[in-house]
Amino acid sequence: MSSNAVFQVAPRGDREIVMTRVFDAPRELVWAAFTDPEHLKHWWGRGNPMTIEMDARVGGRYRFVEHSPEGDEAFRGEILELVPNEKVVQTFEWEGLPGHIATDTMVMTEEGGKTLVTTTSMFMSQEDRDGMIASGMETGARQSYEALDAYLAKL
Amino acid sequence: MVTVDQLSTVFAALADPTRRAILARLAEGDATVNQLAEPFPISLQAVSKHLKVLEQAGLITRGRDAQWRPCRLAPAPLRDVTEWVETYRRFWEARYDRLDDYLQELQQTPKEK
Repeated sequence: MSSNAVFQVAPRGDREIVMTRVFDAPRELVWAAFTDPEHLKHWWGRGNPMTIEMDARVGGRYRFVEHSPEGDEAFRGEILELVPNEKVVQTFEWEGLPGHIATDTMVMTEEGGKTLVTTTSMFMSQEDRDGMIASGMETGARQSYEALDAYLAKL
Repeated sequence: MVTVDQLSTVFAALADPTRRAILARLAEGDATVNQLAEPFPISLQAVSKHLKVLEQAGLITRGRDAQWRPCRLAPAPLRDVTEWVETYRRFWEARYDRLDDYLQELQQTPKEK
């Protein structure tokens, strides 16, 4: 992993989360990694096998299934906006909690051969957001006093 | 687990930089309204208003002594906010780390794509 790979996550307003991450690769490559199923299956599943359907155009839909030892998890969405190598707006829905849909806006900028990816997740309603919290999407997230410390330090 | 409305109130309270600064100060220890107001170029009244918002969000508690009403940080709602953000962080960090490795791999062994 590159040394500058700082992953930052912060709430914004009352319905958004903003995530930023720098990748040590040119923007075209990072873009391809995010939109080409052949690339996606190499990383999205975190090492688990993936089944990927992707219709990478405005109005197109995608569906990712991660086959993990604990079972399959499926995610799906629709592409709402697409500017190649720059920006994609798409919905994101975990099939384990259908109907709770976030809208993710991902923007890529390149500087000095490195690509900054900024993703803003906007929840459509309080119910959706609550559903996501209640889902316990990552069970380990409960005892996050450490994260609390880090968060307090940033306040 | 907080309710939806509580979490919204907490987020709204955190959306203001002055209120975040007040919380940061309280993370170091209890303080009176006067002590809290000191670093800010705003009136005591304005600081009191901010404190009221923080209190309603459950982010601070205040002593009941009329002379000495220290404010104290109440971290529980912050933990709920953090947990909410944390679910996202973990979910995407695992993927982005993997992407990082994959991009390195691609660039080390360039092949036709």
